[in-house]
Amino acid sequence: MADASDTMGDVIRRHGRRYAAPPGLAGRIGAALDAVETESGRPSAPVVPLRPRRPVVPWRPLALAASFVLAVVLSSGTTWYVTASDRQDQLAEEVLASHVRSMQAQHLTDVLSSNQHTVKPWFDGRLDLSPPVVDLTEQGFPLVGGRLDYIDNHPVAALVYRSNQHVINLFVWTRRSGGIAPKPPAEIQGYHLRQWRQGDLTCWAVSDVEGDQLDRFVKDFQAATG
Amino acid sequence: MTIETGPRQFERLALPHLDAAYNLARWLTRNDSDAEDVVQDAYLRAYKYFASFRGENFRAWLLAVVRRAAYDWMHRNRPAEIVSNADMDLEAVAGEAEDNPETALLRRADANLVNEMIAALPVPFREVVVLRELQELSYKEIAEIAGVPVGTVMSRLARARALLTTDGKRRLKEYGHG
Repeated sequence: MADASDTMGDVIRRHGRRYAAPPGLAGRIGAALDAVETESGRPSAPVVPLRPRRPVVPWRPLALAASFVLAVVLSSGTTWYVTASDRQDQLAEEVLASHVRSMQAQHLTDVLSSNQHTVKPWFDGRLDLSPPVVDLTEQGFPLVGGRLDYIDNHPVAALVYRSNQHVINLFVWTRRSGGIAPKPPAEIQGYHLRQWRQGDLTCWAVSDVEGDQLDRFVKDFQAATG
Repeated sequence: MTIETGPRQFERLALPHLDAAYNLARWLTRNDSDAEDVVQDAYLRAYKYFASFRGENFRAWLLAVVRRAAYDWMHRNRPAEIVSNADMDLEAVAGEAEDNPETALLRRADANLVNEMIAALPVPFREVVVLRELQELSYKEIAEIAGVPVGTVMSRLARARALLTTDGKRRLKEYGHG
């Protein structure tokens, strides 16, 4: 009987579904927390503001009004900028949420290999792009593996690197819009983010390593793949 | 140095448990958008009491808040489910359990069957199965989350497995004849 119970447990563990929080939920919760904060005037005491957030309530109407006026005068340049900048913020939140999710052991990698020749072909047939995969062990960023992730309603490649005990997630997808994207926030909630373009690819690196360490990673990655 | 208790500090602690929170809420509400509402509600509640959190296990504390929020949601939306289960006749349940070999069931159980079976479990059993088998939490943590003694967690888990066995056999028979 004890054995029978155990094996039922095995079946449950093997087949039972673990639901992952939908993308965007973390961002919505963050926004709701901010709203509560503003409303209640609860004294939060971040000694140094972690992220120079655009104040949501007072500024957005102003920005919209300004963009409207300017749009009339100067065609729609400003409107584009405001929208694009919001979009970068939203993407940054999604990238960060994916990073945080991936830190839960079962989600970090779909293909676990430090061999770039194993990781790269794994993406073939799973994505509409072939992400540049390089091992950066010599530079201090060993490749851990890769996985499929989902950002901005599209499947994307996530390459996983390590820097000492820290994980760096590198998200890569095919560019979806032209033009120059405004700079996204470099830091959210203590995590650092870097975004750049490489050929027709959009790349985002996110990690809890120090900012200059992440800059080094980006440079090394670009040097090795560029 | 001031201790930071603002939203960012809370998020740093709480967001790594978002999947666990969502999984629990999703299994209790059995619905995607309700689960999202419950989790968001729970995180706001947890943030409110965060400054006074003095315990050792933040995850267990947070999941207890999620569970509370899910129960409140069920009280509002599915009161029957809670009422009928609160005073469940546990003896009868245990008596129902079959102890013949379940090799056929274990062999034929696939993801569809298993997930249907978990979803059909009465709430007090469903939550321990989700926390133990799917989240792999310790009995002690589950006891803290559900607010019951460790012994109760263990007996509920044993009964849950027996219920699953009985239910699984019934389902297989139905599929066999359908």
